[in-house]
Amino acid sequence: MPLNVIACIKQTPATGAIQLDQKGEIVTSAMTYGISPLDEYALEEALRIKERVPGSWTAALTMGPAKAQEILRESIARGCDAVYHLSDDAFEGSDTYATSYILSQGIRKIIAEKGKVDLVICAKQASDGETGQVGPAIAAWLDWPNVSFVKKIEETTDKIIRVVRMMEDGQDVVEMALPALISVVKEIAEPRLPSLKGKMAAKKAVIPTWKAADISADAAKIGPGGSPTVILKKELPPKRSGGMKIDGATAQEKARKLVEKMKELKLL
Amino acid sequence: MSEIDLTQYKGVWCFGEVRHGKLVTQTYELLTIGSRIAKELNEKLSVVLVGHNLQGWTQELLEAGAEKIYLLDHPELENFTDEAYTKALAELAAKEKPNKILIPATTVGRSMAGRLATILHTGAIADVTDLTLGPGTNGAGGRALNAIRPTYGGNLFVTVRCEKCRPEIITVRPMSFPKAARTPGKIGEIVNVPINPSSWNLKTKVVSYAPEQSSELDIGSADKIVSGGRGLGKPDNFNLVRSLAKALGAAVGSSRPPVDSGWIPYRHQVGLTGRTVKPKLYVACGISGQIQHLAGMGQADTIIAINRDPECQLMKMATFSVEADLNEFIPLLVEEIGKQKN
Repeated sequence: MPLNVIACIKQTPATGAIQLDQKGEIVTSAMTYGISPLDEYALEEALRIKERVPGSWTAALTMGPAKAQEILRESIARGCDAVYHLSDDAFEGSDTYATSYILSQGIRKIIAEKGKVDLVICAKQASDGETGQVGPAIAAWLDWPNVSFVKKIEETTDKIIRVVRMMEDGQDVVEMALPALISVVKEIAEPRLPSLKGKMAAKKAVIPTWKAADISADAAKIGPGGSPTVILKKELPPKRSGGMKIDGATAQEKARKLVEKMKELKLL
Repeated sequence: MSEIDLTQYKGVWCFGEVRHGKLVTQTYELLTIGSRIAKELNEKLSVVLVGHNLQGWTQELLEAGAEKIYLLDHPELENFTDEAYTKALAELAAKEKPNKILIPATTVGRSMAGRLATILHTGAIADVTDLTLGPGTNGAGGRALNAIRPTYGGNLFVTVRCEKCRPEIITVRPMSFPKAARTPGKIGEIVNVPINPSSWNLKTKVVSYAPEQSSELDIGSADKIVSGGRGLGKPDNFNLVRSLAKALGAAVGSSRPPVDSGWIPYRHQVGLTGRTVKPKLYVACGISGQIQHLAGMGQADTIIAINRDPECQLMKMATFSVEADLNEFIPLLVEEIGKQKN
């Protein structure tokens, strides 16, 4: 049975030093943006399902400003059948509660258009906010089951998905009825590069952009007004004062000095 | 969001995670910060245990500071599923109206918090490293928490507040607070909460569990970690890392290249595409310190870097840096540590 699969992805700045302006806001002009690194694994697994299960359909979905279309074109280049862009000034400043609501409304609209969506794949977390909350929260809005920290899909049928979840003390095999949502870790699949044919398709693609009204979003659940949490302030982390070099004429001497230091700090 | 009466919500809850039959130690870290907040608010500190056969943990949790323990005990809850656990917690929270719910930022906690918050139509704040009650926006609400969390790979700290909804749901990064001290013989209230999971129409089941085969500590809750990187040169040299980890009683970690080369399983990977850790001691052996690696371990208290290249990033930011050949140095270090112990 063919499956309809959506990968939820996000455009994030490349990880690196952050600069704050005088108002304490992030200076974004110097940042380079791309698909959030862990989202590449979500996208890859979505594409692999299409290859494993003939007739399946894979789409990428994102919420973000106009610029975020770049990662949707990249998704087409890698082989997605469709992409969807949720973009509206009213979405700006949404926290994980509001963001997951907006994405769930987008998924509902895709379901209405496609007849069904069987599986939504998110990454463990995005590289900017690093909350990992949006995926599970989307599942809650849709009242679907979900599993996070998925390292492998063992089996999919038209009714169920069975996955392996990475735990601190081992691994669980978990089965869910479809439709369902999973959040995946890096181990799930090695991302592919775009094909030449895909790049051509990406260039030509017309990307549907949906605003709040298009997805029937409740104005009370989006943006800052619809977000339970608020960021009070942003700060750069304290600089590490480290930097003591352990010197010695021989490796033995260095080992002895290092052990002394560890002893002083009660680390032995 | 609709306005709610915040004053109706009282009490600080700590989620006591029982994973595969064991109470995770982070529960005691939550009790430390939970008790501080509860005292300041003059509200009750409770632990909520979800699972099966939970009775055995109650006395030690009371002794570690809990005044009240809610038991959500049912065979259907023996293994963690997001659906069942969030349903159980949401039902209880809707009835009891706690002010704060603290959850460890473990696999279970990180997985569960966003779903729980959405069901309860409230805010969740992830992977917090410090918590204080504090004045918020426009000096509002001293009863809401200022939750500090690292973002952007540890390159930006944000203070987040949940001012207009309750309960505030917060996952706390392991190792952010010390474990609560025990007061032997302390008593408290134990509430067996009646639950009926068969009415929940659950669509998730845990089929099996395979425990981690090796006896090695997990990096997620280890207070010391020894990690190896590309500089080890070959897979066999992870034995050097393991020998040092053993001498220190540390868990074994890795940067990304050894994992990608298949030298060590993914679960050991520290960094942006791996796991985030906050140990007291992090020893980096042959790791240059790419920004993606620093994202996973930059919050460690003490960092020791051992590397042949004195100019690499990790050597510059480490608390102590040792320029040395790993093959020569690590066995000597293990020997010196051995002498201290004897």
